[in-house]
Amino acid sequence: MTEQTPIIQMREISKSFGGVRALNNVDIKVYSGEVHALLGENGAGKSTLIKTMTGVHQPDSGDIYLRGELVRFNGPRDAQQMGIGAIYQEPSLFPDLDIAENILAGRQPVSGGRINWRQMYRAARDLLQQLGVQLDPRIKARNLSVAQQQTVEIARALSLNAQLLIMDEPTSSLTSTEVEELFRIIRQLRQTGTAVIFISHRLEELFAVADRVTILRDGNYVGTREIAGVKTDELIQMMVGRAVDDLFPKQVAPLGDTLLEVKGLTATGKFENVSFALRAGEILGVAGLIGAGRTDVARALFGIQPISAGTIEIAGQEVAIQNPRQAMKLGLAFVPEDRQHHGLVLPMSIAANITLPILSRFTRTGGWMRERAAKQVAAVAARRLEVKSAGIDQKARELSGGNQQKVVLAKWLETNPRILILDEPTRGIDVGTKAAVHQLMSDLANQGVAILMISSELPEILGMSDRILVMREGRITGEYTRAEATQEKIMASATAVSPN
Amino acid sequence: MNATVPKAQESRSLFLTLVRFRELSIIIFIILLIVIVSWNTPAFFTTTNFRTILLNISILSIVALGQTMVIITRGIDLSVSSMIGLVAMMVSFTVVAFPSVSPPLAILLGMLLGAILGSFNGLIITIGKVPPIIATLGTLSVYRGMVFLYSGGTWINSFQMPAGYRALAKADPLGIPNIILFAAVVILVVYLFLNYTRPGRDIYAVGSNPEAANVAGIPVQRTIFMVYVISGLLAGLAAVLWASRFESAQTNTALGFELQTVAASVVGGVNIFGGSGTVVGVILGAFLLGTIQNALIMVRISPFWQLAAQGLLILAAVIVDSAILRRLQKLGGIGE
Repeated sequence: MTEQTPIIQMREISKSFGGVRALNNVDIKVYSGEVHALLGENGAGKSTLIKTMTGVHQPDSGDIYLRGELVRFNGPRDAQQMGIGAIYQEPSLFPDLDIAENILAGRQPVSGGRINWRQMYRAARDLLQQLGVQLDPRIKARNLSVAQQQTVEIARALSLNAQLLIMDEPTSSLTSTEVEELFRIIRQLRQTGTAVIFISHRLEELFAVADRVTILRDGNYVGTREIAGVKTDELIQMMVGRAVDDLFPKQVAPLGDTLLEVKGLTATGKFENVSFALRAGEILGVAGLIGAGRTDVARALFGIQPISAGTIEIAGQEVAIQNPRQAMKLGLAFVPEDRQHHGLVLPMSIAANITLPILSRFTRTGGWMRERAAKQVAAVAARRLEVKSAGIDQKARELSGGNQQKVVLAKWLETNPRILILDEPTRGIDVGTKAAVHQLMSDLANQGVAILMISSELPEILGMSDRILVMREGRITGEYTRAEATQEKIMASATAVSPN
Repeated sequence: MNATVPKAQESRSLFLTLVRFRELSIIIFIILLIVIVSWNTPAFFTTTNFRTILLNISILSIVALGQTMVIITRGIDLSVSSMIGLVAMMVSFTVVAFPSVSPPLAILLGMLLGAILGSFNGLIITIGKVPPIIATLGTLSVYRGMVFLYSGGTWINSFQMPAGYRALAKADPLGIPNIILFAAVVILVVYLFLNYTRPGRDIYAVGSNPEAANVAGIPVQRTIFMVYVISGLLAGLAAVLWASRFESAQTNTALGFELQTVAASVVGGVNIFGGSGTVVGVILGAFLLGTIQNALIMVRISPFWQLAAQGLLILAAVIVDSAILRRLQKLGGIGE
């Protein structure tokens, strides 16, 4: 295999986004006729790496060699023309057009000056048959399942003579039979000499379909292994093997009564049979990979995501939470993951954002606002969290990510929550603010607030949590105390491999 | 995927047949309307009246087809009525000043002027990056303003127009009035264009998923520019037919007509958010609109009520249509 020229070789690829290094001198070689898996935690740089291969991103430095020749992609079309096909998590089809046109969009067969539909359907049917799939090419893309849409995208890539097919988590929304069908297609492509790069978080899938695996961690290349000779322990070790020292450990807080108890909580298609309890003064970390259903559980607790089964008890009382307003009345607060969309009203001032959930406190009879009182409260809250700004009248949009997060926190703390749900509380914010947020969480726990913290950063989970839940595909797959938790155990639960 | 093929395919084919006749619900609505109105107004269900309806919707169909192409690309062209007004005025002035200009030449001149006006819309939208609704709202006023500037507030009446020009729309050398033939030719050409040429298919691709269209190598901006030029060109053709049919060109010619073209498209099943719409649907939409207008006059509904009744019937048609469509999609078992 090493004798061959690789179909694609990436050499010392680096890429930064606004000062954050997404890729740092990454090397990878992929040969034709191999299925090459990319493995790594959330944020390890897998998606960025494949986007540099498909021309979506241009690397800051480093070279890309296609069949031994140095190339440069100025856009996705360049890469496509040079035989690189990509299938992203979200299918990018034309929902209003039928399968045949989706495959041949912009390249419809023309004879005698007009499009030859019959020939187009025949070509599409042939391509689908090559993949061993029976689908009527006249069906509109919007009526296809995700798996079928992926098949159409694969057919399109083949019709463009793709010799390298890149798939970003193609199995994440497929059922197990659909996954098997996809793997059958991938194996078939391998036989005809197509190279396939494949991202998946599910280790068992790598063992089922991949020939080799390259592991990335924090934007760095860790290593490449032959699947045949590698053990899961080693892969997990390579994924997480990071020193656990840059932590701001939680101070010990006295644990009080159980404030929140969830039994058998289920939202069909999102998560299933989730049960846990949370005590006053406790920080419960929820670990898992993106898409494991953690955020959906948080949304369900806050009345955004409807539940289909299970009960929620707050301070021993069973409650039905149907909307955020009810959740807030019960003493819940939710700091969402996406602060720009769900946490803040960007064009509004800091003061207006902070007082948004507690406006009723400043309402006089007749609906008039007591503006000055509201601003005073906002000013105190902003000072307490050390929001760095030109004043509380500054627009939220103009703040840095860290300060925006502080405003979101200030906003929810003003509601005096008993139960605080934090979804990725320190994603994308600087180290200093991170420390401040962690300190604040410790203080709140000391005051008896119960905290549910969703985080994809293992060091944060290990450092801040009294107890840790791990979720995978909508289920709780592990629960560890602070003492027994390790990165390896959590990653094993998150990727469904029993440790040892 | 494979295992379920035989069963799935069976329900699929039924589903497909129904969806392909997505226009079925409009046809049903039209038939219902005709039956109800004919019941107490026998004069409604006659060849003469049918001919009147066709005459009335010929111009609407032509302009609505241009509008449809624009809407499929996720845009809208509100300026069509002003383009009609301006081109009608300019061409009429020209034929009055130069009676030697033959009717076919007048038609070509109208289409050329319309295409030029439409290309301004296209440039503002593609190069100026102005949202189509804003851009054409602007040119709606600009072009109407130019009608006043050009005509100086005067108008062309029937007596000033050369006979050949007046006969252009109404003469029937082939047994059918020319205006209906013009509409028929436009319908056929647009049908072939949208279904059998790459630029035509690109219109659907661009409206269905602009990013995917770009990656597939489809010239997105050029396609968007093109539909506004076509919309202008068809408005220009309609303008000459309008002036000929009504034997006049006035400053308020076609005022408010843009909404009828949008209504015909939407009633005809064109998705206002882009991506889909068929020629057959739009023609049926225009026919339904024409039938409603005609019926309301025939049953002697008070003129005060006519506009409101027309609007209510249009809303009813759209609601029924979308209800049927939702039903069909449920039956089809989408995403199995």
